[in-house]
Amino acid sequence: MKPVNTATIEFLSRSANEGFARTAAACFAAQLDPTLDEINDIKTAVSEAVTNAIVHAYPDRLGRVKLKLRLFEDSLLEITVQDWGVGIADVAQARTPLFTTGNEERSGMGFTIMESFMDTLRVRSTPGKGTTVTMRRRIARRLTAGGK
Amino acid sequence: MGLTCTGGDREICMALSGEVDHHHARGLMTEIEREIDRELPKHVTLDLGGVTFMDSSGIAVVLRCYKRTAELGGAVTVKDVPPQAEKVLRAAGLERLMRFA
Repeated sequence: MKPVNTATIEFLSRSANEGFARTAAACFAAQLDPTLDEINDIKTAVSEAVTNAIVHAYPDRLGRVKLKLRLFEDSLLEITVQDWGVGIADVAQARTPLFTTGNEERSGMGFTIMESFMDTLRVRSTPGKGTTVTMRRRIARRLTAGGK
Repeated sequence: MGLTCTGGDREICMALSGEVDHHHARGLMTEIEREIDRELPKHVTLDLGGVTFMDSSGIAVVLRCYKRTAELGGAVTVKDVPPQAEKVLRAAGLERLMRFA
């Protein structure tokens, strides 16, 4: 399936880029005329995935994070967050609610929120090579005023 | 991002504003803990009316406030939670731990 529109943004794993990433994703999704709730769900899911990369992927250095946005027919939005960092040894364990390898500043709810707020979530990771998180959400078609 | 604290006599209100994400979370937690350690409150009202965005880092911030207050035998009420933040907090079931006003 070929996308009808794409955008890719790459940035350093600095926490200051978390807001930038979620706003960029929201701006890209705006062409689908989403509701405020849908935009908020997308921003939150992107924030979680990007924050995971920034917090966990590069423990002792700055690294690259790539945010890829793709639009498919029928208002399907696909968001991919990729890093080339330490990777996740046990993805199933990582996706367990409340599980975190971080300190007490982390709630361990990131993947749970991505799963709840998006339609689908896929996590692929190889320790030492990096992690790719792919999420999809279909934006509901809305009737315009007048019912057309 | 900001924290405004009011009240006294062990009844305090802490109003958060701006984006509560990982980038801002540590600073917020430090200020909240400092305030709780100073006031030793019986009750904390966390006013989230000014929060423009929150992700799971916000869950950690609210939980930290709850834990430190509970250690003192106090309780937390969360008030004026915007819809986006409420959806995130309820994803963690926080309404079972503290009152949402």
